[in-house]
Amino acid sequence: MDKHSIHLEGVRVAITGGTSGLGLALVRELHRRGARVAFVARTAERVTAVARAHPGTIGIAGDIARKDDIHPIALQITGNLGGLDVLVNNASSLGPVPLALLADTDCEDLEAALAANLVGPFRLTKALAGALAASARAGRPAAVFNVSSDAAVNAYPTWGAYGASKAALLHMSRIWDEELAPEGIRVLSFDPGDMDTPLHALAVPDADPATLKRPEAAAQELADTIAARVMVPAEARP
Amino acid sequence: MIAATRPVQRPRDAKLLVVLADGRISHVPRPRFVEFLWPGDLVIANDAATLPASLHGVHAPSGAAIEVRLAGRRPASVSATAFMAIVFGAGDFRMRTEDRPGPPALAPGDRLALGPLAATVEALLDHPRLVSLRFDADASSVWAGIARHGRPIQYAHLPDALALWDVWTPIASAPVAFEPPSAGFALDWAAIRAMRARGVEFATITHAAGISSTGDEQLDCRLPFDEPYEIPAATAAAIRRARSRGGRIVAVGTTVVRALEHAARRTGVVAAGPSVANQRLGPFSRLRAVDTILSGTHEKGSSHYQLLRAFLDDATLAAVSAALDASGYRTHEFGDSVLIEKDWRRARRGRGRAVRRSSYWPSNRPSTLPSVSAMRA
Repeated sequence: MDKHSIHLEGVRVAITGGTSGLGLALVRELHRRGARVAFVARTAERVTAVARAHPGTIGIAGDIARKDDIHPIALQITGNLGGLDVLVNNASSLGPVPLALLADTDCEDLEAALAANLVGPFRLTKALAGALAASARAGRPAAVFNVSSDAAVNAYPTWGAYGASKAALLHMSRIWDEELAPEGIRVLSFDPGDMDTPLHALAVPDADPATLKRPEAAAQELADTIAARVMVPAEARP
Repeated sequence: MIAATRPVQRPRDAKLLVVLADGRISHVPRPRFVEFLWPGDLVIANDAATLPASLHGVHAPSGAAIEVRLAGRRPASVSATAFMAIVFGAGDFRMRTEDRPGPPALAPGDRLALGPLAATVEALLDHPRLVSLRFDADASSVWAGIARHGRPIQYAHLPDALALWDVWTPIASAPVAFEPPSAGFALDWAAIRAMRARGVEFATITHAAGISSTGDEQLDCRLPFDEPYEIPAATAAAIRRARSRGGRIVAVGTTVVRALEHAARRTGVVAAGPSVANQRLGPFSRLRAVDTILSGTHEKGSSHYQLLRAFLDDATLAAVSAALDASGYRTHEFGDSVLIEKDWRRARRGRGRAVRRSSYWPSNRPSTLPSVSAMRA
């Protein structure tokens, strides 16, 4: 481990969308820093492959956009990790591909974006709020990180479904942060910037990868942000 | 009482019967329970999440359909793959448990196919439907299999199949309970916030609540089974703080009473750490840790009812039962609730702990009690 990266020894983290892009880079980064990592993704084969490549991580197959998958996912997270300190809601959906003007967007595509980017994180956070609060009561600072985007703030034409769902997630994070702070849980947003990921390639197929941020760099920044929030000095541990 | 047949954790019309320490009984809407807490009190709830512990499948040697209900982990076993379980024959929760046929004859070594999971019977535990079993997979595969294939244990009074979200309390954390610690259904985050605003502390323990019925009279006599629990250091510290300021310990549910009284059984001080509650509480139990209980309504004869006898004399408890019936209270896990302060007259008679605490009663008790409006369904 290089001397600049901050340890996350023993911190229990769950990451959604953990088999590609930022999520995969974050699984690697947190695993490297000693965190206990559970990750979620839709494709069982990819989940198995990533778990195998990172021994000690827990792979969970499930779709956070599906209501019926949420509690089975939450159960596996807390069952395997024995609790939870950090949840990273990273899994995202673009909405219509190729991107479309809002007036050309099918309602179903908007609903799919809301299901993955807003309702899914809401449901999973709610299902895991008890575990996060238990961790906080035990003196382990708990946090939820919701992956955001500048499309949540700026109005980019053709990014309507994605932008509107991410804007709602950003605002929900702020309200939830106000509400859960007394329980010892922070809810924070993290904007990784434009990255060279499969999601970005879907949105902007002709982008020059050289102009984009590497997901590994964003994962390192997010890992540092997580560490700043949850690492308790040894002398303050219960 | 009437069976609560809909899986709504906090119905708008939920009722609360309150028994004050002097035996007075009153009725209020349940969300107002926080008004009966005093500044300095410590409320302790069980934050166990509930496993989908009912697994349908096939007994491989006979080909017979079975339902396995996971019912406990062997004490001292932290393994996610070894369980104690009750095995039923064909049928499901829609049939009354006591009418369910037993399983085919089970023997050590028998293989059970339970959806994506395979298990082996390790031993029969002195009863034809009580076994220890081990899943033939690693821990994370067992978690995945239970998560996908398991259903919450439920009984015939609920006509519709329960979902996992129906049985997780808002504070549900580690998935170790086999049936929900349902007294916690009364809690929500707003209640915890209201407690804080009132100067009431909130803490949790994790107690692996076991099953409430086996369908077999002989086996039911052995309930509750031994139940592992864990008291976090922060909770033990909160109890010490509450004691030193003269606050009461308010247990949310019988599992919390069982765990705290077990932890306090030797010295009267609640020790932190994991242990296994193996005692029964009843009329002759001396409560050393808990002063007040918020609980579901319990029918005479159940082990939960027996536990309430540690709080109240039989005459008062009979009056409570009559009042629950007369006022149309609902029972079972989604039913109404009771809040019972330990009878301090009993304490004075020396059957309870209480002596040390008499000093704070007058000073801590609010001068005006919440107004108790009679409520009629």
